Amino acid sequence: MTPLALALRRVPHAVILAVLAFAILGPISNLLLWAFAEQWYFPYKLPVTWGTRYWEVVFRPSGDAMASLGTSVAIACFTVLVCLAVSVPAGYALARLKLPLRALIMLAFLLPQAFPNLPVYINVARIFYSFDLNGTILGVVLVHAVHGLVYSVWITTASFAAIDRSLEEAARGMGAGPLRAFLTVTLPLALPGIMASAIFVFLESLDEFTGTFFVGAPEVTTLPLLLYTASMAGNYQIASITALILLVPSVLFMLVVQRFLRADVLSKVGR
Amino acid sequence: MNVTSPTDAVHGQGGSASSRLTGSRRGFSVRSLLPLALVAPALAMVLLLFIYPLGYSLISAFTLPEGGLGLGNFAKALELYSRDMVFTLVIVSVSTVLIGLVAILIGGYLLLGEQRWAVRILSVLYRWPLFIPFIVAAQCMRTFLAKNGLMNNTLTELGLIEAINTTSFLDWRGIIITFVWKQAPFVTLLVAGAMAALDRATVEAARGLGAGRLRVLVQIVVPQVMPTLVVGLILSFVTMMSVLSVPMMISGGHPTMMTVDMAFRINAYGDYGTANALGFFSYLMTGAVAWIYLRRGIDKEGAK
Repeated sequence: MTPLALALRRVPHAVILAVLAFAILGPISNLLLWAFAEQWYFPYKLPVTWGTRYWEVVFRPSGDAMASLGTSVAIACFTVLVCLAVSVPAGYALARLKLPLRALIMLAFLLPQAFPNLPVYINVARIFYSFDLNGTILGVVLVHAVHGLVYSVWITTASFAAIDRSLEEAARGMGAGPLRAFLTVTLPLALPGIMASAIFVFLESLDEFTGTFFVGAPEVTTLPLLLYTASMAGNYQIASITALILLVPSVLFMLVVQRFLRADVLSKVGR
Repeated sequence: MNVTSPTDAVHGQGGSASSRLTGSRRGFSVRSLLPLALVAPALAMVLLLFIYPLGYSLISAFTLPEGGLGLGNFAKALELYSRDMVFTLVIVSVSTVLIGLVAILIGGYLLLGEQRWAVRILSVLYRWPLFIPFIVAAQCMRTFLAKNGLMNNTLTELGLIEAINTTSFLDWRGIIITFVWKQAPFVTLLVAGAMAALDRATVEAARGLGAGRLRVLVQIVVPQVMPTLVVGLILSFVTMMSVLSVPMMISGGHPTMMTVDMAFRINAYGDYGTANALGFFSYLMTGAVAWIYLRRGIDKEGAK
């Protein structure tokens, strides 16, 4: 084939990629524009005045945003701790040990994602009310953790299942006890998967809106709640800057996720 | 990684020998309860914090405001919100189908594409919205899809549409676009992962026999990644059924999605009966979808 023909064959691919790039990155670009727009109104296609005045408003140490960020991160960390504490043993048992009704147990963890959450959150809020958990960090952590369990349990199970069983058996054969074989051989090999599930849970919690809306508000204000309030009040700059704060960890994780979640683990998810 | 290298040799020589070894050890184990004990804390969380409130919502749906059991809440929910129920089902179903198509097309291109440079760009590009929260996606789209948003402005600048003809997409279309934008990368990631784990020999064989790439994708690749695809789509379906922020922020008017109605019944009236009746309908919709998945699973078990 001539160089010209080769180049021509690239054109349709390039056009499709460009359209796709616009569809994917366009909405994010619009968010960025709003974050640095001090004034922007119809019919101007770009902000009329640019600036970082609203950034100072958001990042004032005494401002709502900093407090919400702290609350959000604290809730997400506690949620990860709760999820991992129950999921690592559960994942190991589901991947390696003989469990009656294994398929049913796996499905139980899917339930919080297999039913629409919102009506359940309404009733969780009602139940929490009688335990004084409404509007508390603990209440919000519990709600987030149940939702995150499917990621932590399923991914942990898949990563344990993807490990060659004979490695553990070799350790046992050389005289290591079951706990030692688990801690020195199986757990380290499963660690990338467990880390991936921890990041999943962290992000799920950081980004969670509906449960916090019913169980936490108005006492517990996380970043998503702050973003919602700002956006509905028409304050697009504050909303966009808050959105950007949430965007950073999401995009970072997106860039590294495949280092944690290998194809052999992914192919075992849901099995 | 240094853990694997010495033991790989053991595995290479014969995994069967080592499994026989542990087989003989199993005798003294008193731990038939251990697996259950390991799973119990996680299960208890699901029971207390999910199954219990779920049951609570079902009972509440069938409990009349004046006390006693009955279908009054359902009558009220149907009377006030039947249009929103249809609206919700259509939006979520259309989005799910579109997400599946996008995932197969992108996954297929990544697996079978012959323009290496394009495959590399696509594999970096498609994932951007992967972990972006719904509420951030909603805020992005709220500005992007508006009448004076970046989308319309770009199309006008390129001369593709007249400025007078621009319309706001902030209605049912905006909800679908936001859902697909946000969920398609997630399903694509799962599907592309499953595709990468496939045995390439079948694909190469079919290509060698002269099958086109589209045919290889539809007849050979997609059937093999179906379980992964279906899991991803069901999770997306249910997620979209429960999203409150997107319909509230993208399309304020009527008709709207059931999640907005439920939140309204609670916040404005403290009307748990009608809200839970609506919730029951959304369980039914997702239940139907989950049933399809479970039946597939049973069929597969039966085939073994």
